[in-house]
Amino acid sequence: MTAPLHEPTAEAAPSAAEEAAIATTGEKAVQGRSLGRIAWERLKRDKLALSGGVVVLVLIVVALLAPVITNLVGQDPEAYNESLIDPLFGTPKGAFGGISGEHLLGVEPVNGRDIFARIVYGAQISLLVGFLSALVAVVLGTFLGVLAGFFGGWVDAVVSRVMDGLLAFPQLLFIIALVSVMPNEMLGLSGTGVRLFVMILVIGFFGWPYIGRVVRGQTLSLREREYVEAARSLGAGRFYILFKELLPNLIAPIIVYTTMMIPTNILTEAALSFLGVGVKPPTASWGQMLSSAIDYYDSDPMYMVIPGVAIFVTVLAFNLFGDGVRDALDPKGSR
Amino acid sequence: MLAYLIRRLFAAVVMLVVIVMVVFGIFFLVPKWAGVDIATSFVGKQADPAAVEAVRQKLGLAEPIYVQVWEFFKGIFVGRTYAGGGDVTQCAAPCFGYSFRSEQAIWPVLTDRFPVTLSLALGAAVLWLLFGVAAGVLSALKRGTLWDRGAMLVALAGVSLPIYFTGLLSLAVFSYGLGWLDAEYVPFSDGIGTWFGGMILPWVTLAFLYAAMYARITRATMMEILGEDYIRTARAKGLREGVVIRKHAMRSTMTPLLTMLGMDLGALIGGAILTETTFSLPGLGQAVLNAIKNQDLPIILGVTLITSVAVLIANLVVDVLYAVIDPRVRLT
Repeated sequence: MTAPLHEPTAEAAPSAAEEAAIATTGEKAVQGRSLGRIAWERLKRDKLALSGGVVVLVLIVVALLAPVITNLVGQDPEAYNESLIDPLFGTPKGAFGGISGEHLLGVEPVNGRDIFARIVYGAQISLLVGFLSALVAVVLGTFLGVLAGFFGGWVDAVVSRVMDGLLAFPQLLFIIALVSVMPNEMLGLSGTGVRLFVMILVIGFFGWPYIGRVVRGQTLSLREREYVEAARSLGAGRFYILFKELLPNLIAPIIVYTTMMIPTNILTEAALSFLGVGVKPPTASWGQMLSSAIDYYDSDPMYMVIPGVAIFVTVLAFNLFGDGVRDALDPKGSR
Repeated sequence: MLAYLIRRLFAAVVMLVVIVMVVFGIFFLVPKWAGVDIATSFVGKQADPAAVEAVRQKLGLAEPIYVQVWEFFKGIFVGRTYAGGGDVTQCAAPCFGYSFRSEQAIWPVLTDRFPVTLSLALGAAVLWLLFGVAAGVLSALKRGTLWDRGAMLVALAGVSLPIYFTGLLSLAVFSYGLGWLDAEYVPFSDGIGTWFGGMILPWVTLAFLYAAMYARITRATMMEILGEDYIRTARAKGLREGVVIRKHAMRSTMTPLLTMLGMDLGALIGGAILTETTFSLPGLGQAVLNAIKNQDLPIILGVTLITSVAVLIANLVVDVLYAVIDPRVRLT
């Protein structure tokens, strides 16, 4: 990394002077490309990352259109279909967990709820918690990381110690504890709403040090750069330097760590629901489906495989896309 | 070195005090804010007010929170006498109090369950460090080959699979389907062979996730280091490739891996909770999960403290190992 990379997200527009040069000489001058343009061109060549990105898009659409999709196949995620259940064993009638033209992915044991509809609705919970908790982590992490890196001194000491402490914490233990003591009604929300709200806040809170550490390190090295020095010598104020000189150069690492954090958060949400402290039935969530599948892993294996594969595909897609974004934005990588 | 250790130990003690205060805060202040009374939940739903008051006195729940935290700490080192409200209960050191639900003393519960979690974590750690690092190094050396691509694909799948799904899959395939391994937990005292057999699936399941993570990191670190100048120097002065890899590249690769290991030990507790739930292992994770569902504060405090102590000690060991592995690191 040598030159400061200005406004990495902005599209590169050839300046008027350059266009004039091209027009007069008739030759194509070497075009200056912004980091965003370079990254996008690299990402376009990475087929794995692109396919991950496409799956992520499809999942977002599925989550947004969940009611429409379930209406289309004529299933309700919370309706019981006890007639499809073998009364002796409590498992679905028919092969592969009762998969049929009507129930695309079969039905749940005992109560016969449609698994396809529940998977579709489960995508809402997973993505909602995954994205919003990442947002909480990014906001907190960027703010505190910049604060620590830019001001240094005791501010840096306090923030860094807190980050070290949080990272060494048995996090899941505290997330479980916090989520489980929260009341069932607060701030005008109740039931699932409260649980989602608490999960987003708590997962986001434990995620900020990962971003904070990176942002602090970057800020520390950036603030000593010549161009910041230049801005300072021209009389720029602290806030101008912070927002105009430093933040634009922090966007690339923040984007990378955010895309890497979303799949982790999705896994945490699924783990909490699996442990029975996340979203409660009848609201559908993938983790909670897996946890009820423990009792049927031998008699109805499809019940465990389907939500498991849903989590796997989602997290894999995000990871592939995240790896691609990281490689694309890595200034050390080849162009 | 000694000064460093003393400073680190002091920091660890401060960290422990903070953890206890946070846990106290979570379980005393949040319910209060939500309008739930702990003494009432201890006695039961249809408790008469006198019994609730007696419990409040006896457990010292009416005291200010800093007094309660202090009493708790004192109990661990010198024992504690519950004397409020008439009858007297003597709790010998180390006293972590009594379960709100079963009224058992906490310390025996902890000592019963700690070995299960420790053996799960240690066994998995050995597996993942061996296989994860080996796979990563091989991938870096054979970059771009079929082996590299295959290993990295498996590793990517590994970091995307939740432990509880791989656990259930392995149960369905190896235990129920093929009948190779028992899924039952057998205590160590009932025979090493059967205990070992019961632990294989949990170990492999927990290790798989971390092995995948470490393989990815090791490969990336190793490739970066192989491009360094000192590697070229080592080759230029005529060292054999094996010596270059082992003495120069491997040693620098280990340092960032150790940092990760130190940070992952806290996360490992989370992994252990999930693994114990999937395989019904009677470890700390299972105990704390049940306790959290029952709002059984003393057990949660005990487990949180003991796991935090374990994580802090392990971190200290990791930091000292640093200096051993990497001569550039000086502990001051």
